[in-house]
Amino acid sequence: MAETVIEAKSLVKKYGDLEAVAGIDLEVHAGEIFGFLGPNGAGKSTTISMLCTLLTPTSGVARVAGIDVVHDPAAVRQRIGLVFQDPSLDDQLTGRENLEFHAFVYSVPAQDRRRRIDEMLDLLQLSDRAASQVKTYSGGMKRRLEIARGMLHQPQILFLDEPTLGLDPQTRKSIWTHLNELRSAKGVTIFMTTHYMDEAEYCDRIAIIDRGKIVALGTPEELKGMVGGDVVTITSSKPDAAEREIKELLGVTPARDNGSLRMEVPDGKAFVPRLVRELQAPVDTVSLRRPSLDDVFLKLTGRVIRDEEVSARDRNRAMASRWMGRRR
Amino acid sequence: MSVETASPTLAPAQAAPVDTRMASLRAIYIIWYRDILRYWRDRWRLVASLAQPLLFLLVFGSGLSSSLGGAFGRGTGISYIQFMYPGIIGMSILFSAIFGAMSIVWDREFGFLKEVLVAPIDRWAVAIGKALGGTTQAMIQGLMLLVLAPFVGVKLSPLTVLQLVPLAAVLAFGLASFGVAIASMMKSLQGFQVVMNFLMMPMFFLSGALFPLTNLPGWMTWLTRLDPASYGIDPIRRVVLSNSGLPNVNSLGLTINGQVLAIPMEAAIMFAFGAVLLSVAVVMFERRD
Repeated sequence: MAETVIEAKSLVKKYGDLEAVAGIDLEVHAGEIFGFLGPNGAGKSTTISMLCTLLTPTSGVARVAGIDVVHDPAAVRQRIGLVFQDPSLDDQLTGRENLEFHAFVYSVPAQDRRRRIDEMLDLLQLSDRAASQVKTYSGGMKRRLEIARGMLHQPQILFLDEPTLGLDPQTRKSIWTHLNELRSAKGVTIFMTTHYMDEAEYCDRIAIIDRGKIVALGTPEELKGMVGGDVVTITSSKPDAAEREIKELLGVTPARDNGSLRMEVPDGKAFVPRLVRELQAPVDTVSLRRPSLDDVFLKLTGRVIRDEEVSARDRNRAMASRWMGRRR
Repeated sequence: MSVETASPTLAPAQAAPVDTRMASLRAIYIIWYRDILRYWRDRWRLVASLAQPLLFLLVFGSGLSSSLGGAFGRGTGISYIQFMYPGIIGMSILFSAIFGAMSIVWDREFGFLKEVLVAPIDRWAVAIGKALGGTTQAMIQGLMLLVLAPFVGVKLSPLTVLQLVPLAAVLAFGLASFGVAIASMMKSLQGFQVVMNFLMMPMFFLSGALFPLTNLPGWMTWLTRLDPASYGIDPIRRVVLSNSGLPNVNSLGLTINGQVLAIPMEAAIMFAFGAVLLSVAVVMFERRD
């Protein structure tokens, strides 16, 4: 087994009576891409902030790169790369100047500076725009520059807090391609948070977090295996009658989500013809699919993660609480 | 035969140990350098910041000069515009030093401060780097106005310029440190207007930039002597005007109990003010989460 690079035991963060993180245990291994998945306000950002030494845990222990985050935060910071949720570039400076600044404050040896900056610009495909001011960059380019910057001091672990938030699907995909490349080129461990279910599929392992607690942890396949077989969803103009009949005739208890009925069955292909044949209540639409992480989340928490949950206001509040947490 | 299994070790400290003193010096340098880079890049700000002193000199200075005529200066032979000119250099330094250092508040607003504060460097290095950045910008802004000397009837010699550089530096340093200290206590841009109206403007008006600090009402004499900028602007004026063949400037200078202060003394007071406020800023920075 690969060595453990992140280790948390009973990690708790309280704000007054509010328990933002309610006791988290996890281990992340070297070279992994580890995803932290959950809805907004679940405690993702608070957890990642504690691991990055930006917040002090109320109780519990966390070791990052083998170093206790409370005892020696500076040593931890030297060994980790950070990509924040909100932009943190100087957009008056060029891409290269932003990286130079970082190389200085992270004590990258003078003889390595240029070489490492060129290498990172190249890896993240920013070489041709390195001399342009960051204010001329697209959202995706800014993100890539922040990733390049986070990698410049050769950290063991790269932490990314919602790195693809607000980017279009194509750009999100390219960010993932780059992260995978970085992992294979540099062997860096990647720890990231996201609320995009489809992105979690790219991770080697995922922890699903809800209300400050980890409710499931495993590979995407393992987690999907928690949902039994296939997912069948029907809509009906008489959902109550349909629900009763499905229970009585087919022996399955469906879950109601507005007007639709959703059920997990071992063999969807055989189940659908039976359903259509035996139901008296009108069936308007039928869909059959393999379970996704959304289904896992729904099964574990009884709720759905929605993209629109992350509003600008929530993001600001999350940032404010992270940066002024001690003052409130 | 037993099989040796590699036991999983917790990651040892791989990064080479960093000399923290060198790291702080490097941080001060790059924080200063970034400020200078941004200053040069922002040409419009450079032009705009020259507009205000020019307006003061041309309109305010010329206007008052002609209406006061010989009534100004009590027989020193100094015209109002000549008197005001070094004061406007001081004003330029005052405003750009405080504004330059307070760019920390912008950095906070636009996120860059996070990059600085999470870096494995000492917080005091951040405060010092910022203060030096503000100092350098303000010195350049102030000394640039020396090109206007011929237009206000002031003669400049290389010696004058040489003497002015350290005086401009201490004034700029004192006020930039003041700016960093304010910025370390401010959380948003909203407070900026307040700082501007209740700190910078009174500081400017009471500094002796616009009128001699002699024969003032008692309460005002007190306030002008409490204004740190007074101790930075007075020596600049004395150097500029006395080297220009107007030695009587000393009779319009800053006095404490009727005694004219020596220029090195004034510079020392200014520097001490800067050092104290920079310490305040460092403490405030260290305290931030």
